[in-house]
Amino acid sequence: MNDMRVLERTVVSEAAKIKAEGVSVHYGSTQALKEVSVDILDRMVTAFIGPSGCGKSTFLRCLNRMNDTVASARVTGRITLDGEDIYAREVDPVQLRARVGMVFQKPNPFPKPIYDNVAYGPRIHGLVRGKAEMDALVEASLRRAALWDEVKDRLTSPGTGLSGGQQQRLCIARAIATSPEVLLMDEPCSALDPIATAQVEELIDELRSEFAVVIVTHSMQQAARVSQKTAFFHLGNLVEYGETGQIFTNPGDPRTESYISGRIG
Amino acid sequence: MTLEPHILTAFDKDLEAVQAQVMRMGGLVEKALLEAVEALEMRDEALAEKVRVGDAAIDALEELIQTECARILALRSPTATDLRTVLTVMRLAAALERSGDYAKNLAKRALVLMHMAPVNGAPGAIRRMARAVVALLSDALDAYIARDAAKAAEVRLRDAEVDQMYGALFRQFLTYMLEDPRTITPCMHLHFIAKNIERVGDHATAIAEQVIYLVEGAVPGAARPKVDSVTEG
Repeated sequence: MNDMRVLERTVVSEAAKIKAEGVSVHYGSTQALKEVSVDILDRMVTAFIGPSGCGKSTFLRCLNRMNDTVASARVTGRITLDGEDIYAREVDPVQLRARVGMVFQKPNPFPKPIYDNVAYGPRIHGLVRGKAEMDALVEASLRRAALWDEVKDRLTSPGTGLSGGQQQRLCIARAIATSPEVLLMDEPCSALDPIATAQVEELIDELRSEFAVVIVTHSMQQAARVSQKTAFFHLGNLVEYGETGQIFTNPGDPRTESYISGRIG
Repeated sequence: MTLEPHILTAFDKDLEAVQAQVMRMGGLVEKALLEAVEALEMRDEALAEKVRVGDAAIDALEELIQTECARILALRSPTATDLRTVLTVMRLAAALERSGDYAKNLAKRALVLMHMAPVNGAPGAIRRMARAVVALLSDALDAYIARDAAKAAEVRLRDAEVDQMYGALFRQFLTYMLEDPRTITPCMHLHFIAKNIERVGDHATAIAEQVIYLVEGAVPGAARPKVDSVTEG
């Protein structure tokens, strides 16, 4: 089955941006993720779905080494970004996270002005020189996050004073300001109203023209709406990975079917 | 594939209710077809009239089913087998509604033919063809209820027999009309009746194909054998 929507955007790619091979994660003695192998395609939105505790967020957090911050977590297997092992000793996790950005479930702007929220990443990574260049980057990032028109007159007000939807778009602007190659989103819309959700979803679809997006969501409809590829996780296993239209009309695995159609499984 | 019930039991009830309505519709259509050919054969004006009037109930049922399906799509956002079930129900209802129209048309023509000289052997041949088509329809609906793709595939192939019967009748009526122009009017009516019954066979085939889609997730690709006895004459 072909996803007709892919044709709407000019950029289509079959190239793997991230390759995971046999990735397992243990938290202490419990295994949260079991031998997951998957290719995340460049310039595509990949949705991770599955019941709570299925390992989807754990796997997402492996992709930019967020699990490094969890003392009990042990990650095995191999994850490569453009063919380079991201767990190699010489890789600096902070540099990696500039390339693989992340947006969280709850909007978490810094308690700083809107401008500084966006400027923070580029500043610490030394991506720009001078005020003019920074101004241009902040504006461009806010525009790409579809927030510029709403905040251009109050860039010095705190980011925490924005509405929930605006805060989340601010976090997206902050994440894309470092020009990442991959954007990870962990339930980015679960705290947003339907209108803010629609704005973020439209944004996700636009961002796809520039980089790979991976989104973890509990909303089946959201996965169906925004993604081209869907991966279903269950009990730490990657059960099924395929084209989103196929997963939602004709899934191959009975566990996928049970889960997406709201059955006891 | 038997699936476990939904966590939301109201969803199961909605799906079951709409499928029960389709089965009711199927029963009404089968009955209408059989009664229409009986009225034709027995020259039973009251029965033909009953079929003609009864089509309104089939139409109403179709509307009810389509409305209910739209509601399920809007409120439940069905996926996978559930989605295919709703889509299949909508197409089944449409196919049955058309078949009901053909039965009604048959009854109307039967009412006209009652006042004309009988055409030798025609009502019997029409009845045999109608029985074959009703069996096809009933098997297609059984395959639907049982989610039996193999049975549906068999129904799909069996439609060729109906096409053959239609071809034979077509040639027969042509011969009558050539031999005796006075039979042209009744033979034209009989021909339309045969053609309409053949169309019902096509709808039974469409239902069978829907069953295969429902079970397997894809419509059957290979073209089924076509008997085009009309143009090959």
